[in-house]
Amino acid sequence: MSVLTFLIVAVVKIIVTVVVLLTVVAYTTLLERKLVARIQNRWGPHRVGPFGLLQPIADGLKFIFKEDVTPPFVNKRLYLLAPVLAFTTAMTTIALVPVGPVIHAFGISTPAQISGVTAANGQATDINAGLLIILGITGLGVYGIALAGWSSNSKYSLLGSLRSSAQMVSYEIALGLSLVGVLLMAGSLSLQDIVRQQTGMWWGWIPKWFLFRGQFVAFFIYLMAAFAETNRIPFDLPEAETELVAGYHTEYSSMKFAMFFMAEYANMVSVACIASVLFLGGWSGWPMPFLPGILQAFLPLFWFAAKVFFFLCLYIWVRGTLPRFRYDQLMAFGWKVLFPLALVNLMATALGIAMGWW
Amino acid sequence: MLHTILFLIFAVVCVGGAINLLVQKAPIASALSLILVMSSLALIYLLLGAEFVAVVQVIIYAGAIMVLFVFTIMLLNAGQEERLPNAGKAAMLLGIPGLIIGGAAVYWVVTHSSVGGTRVALGQLYGSAPSLGRLLFREFLLPFEVTSVLILIAIMGAVVLARRGEQ
Repeated sequence: MSVLTFLIVAVVKIIVTVVVLLTVVAYTTLLERKLVARIQNRWGPHRVGPFGLLQPIADGLKFIFKEDVTPPFVNKRLYLLAPVLAFTTAMTTIALVPVGPVIHAFGISTPAQISGVTAANGQATDINAGLLIILGITGLGVYGIALAGWSSNSKYSLLGSLRSSAQMVSYEIALGLSLVGVLLMAGSLSLQDIVRQQTGMWWGWIPKWFLFRGQFVAFFIYLMAAFAETNRIPFDLPEAETELVAGYHTEYSSMKFAMFFMAEYANMVSVACIASVLFLGGWSGWPMPFLPGILQAFLPLFWFAAKVFFFLCLYIWVRGTLPRFRYDQLMAFGWKVLFPLALVNLMATALGIAMGWW
Repeated sequence: MLHTILFLIFAVVCVGGAINLLVQKAPIASALSLILVMSSLALIYLLLGAEFVAVVQVIIYAGAIMVLFVFTIMLLNAGQEERLPNAGKAAMLLGIPGLIIGGAAVYWVVTHSSVGGTRVALGQLYGSAPSLGRLLFREFLLPFEVTSVLILIAIMGAVVLARRGEQ
């Protein structure tokens, strides 16, 4: 593959991924409003377009045309930088996620992953430290929220961002440790390898996903830590509206607020993608031999999307069901329950691999 | 070629960030410049082929330690840095010879270091996770384990210091 084709393919992949991700983010807000409404026995948005399907577009237009207020008391440069940081770190993670197998089109074969290329033997390869880079980007995501709160120069924002920094740093440890079990089993940090290790079925119908291969506990630790990392209910103390107005984005309006909003949903999507790749086998799934050929080609993408959709629905379901933690409970839960549990899981996995149990 | 261009970009960002770190008076701006320096250093490591070290640099330094720095600055709401009178003179007296010595040392290292008779080229170092892990757990197992004991002692010391205030 020449440098020019490589560049063109990369740019096309980036554009497609960004467009799809932004659309998914927009429609996740609608999904959330609809599902939460149903849980609370309401209809949810249903006036704009059929079933309210144009609601995200209306929301976006509203955000753009709203007055963009910059309060006089803020630290201007950091105030402007914060939403950009939050949004960028949230959007970058998706570049490392393999969403499908190698695509063959127009005589070019390339994996459905921005950071992936096809090796000489036709196999998809990606950065060998892909998962660690995702963790690193997630770690940098704290700064958007922390700086937003500090630069706003208001007590609610500052309290919100202090809470969120402490929370994200604490839960990152449990999050990272819960993934190590999977890494031990896969023996690689490359997400392509991890997905490849999970293809195949037992007795033709139980998929060989890491979730079913002894990583149950890790999966639940990851889920809970991910809720905390994305500041979602029941861990949404950084923006607890009953005590902090809106937390770290109290002083933000118009598109700057929308960027935080989109960052939260993009984070939800990427966390769901990583959970699908690591625990639910990525794009692998049950074959559907009755489908015609053209749909067969989209089957891996369908399975991946279905898994991500499942996680998004789970997020919203939990939001509609659970109350918010108290702050000391949240910290105690992270450090005294999740962290030791993740360590025990790691040791059990290492023991299992050393003894050759799986 | 591409490596060299990328290296130059990140090197300039890194040095610029380091200078900004010293020039800025607000502590938060200095902390942010330090994050920039660490991130661009990580990218230079990545260019050298040391992907594991690069990511660890981001996760631990930029992602964990600097969050604590920023957290502390936010919590204390630290204002402007106070400068001593005559600090400029002292900086001149110590800084200029220091710069010259440092530059000479860097020049010597660059011209004299070699791997197998040739100069170190970009991408020639081995820093992938498997090779680093093999080094750590085979050749350097004892130092590695001793370091973990050292860190454990540091943690216990921190707990003792934190508890002293409560009594």
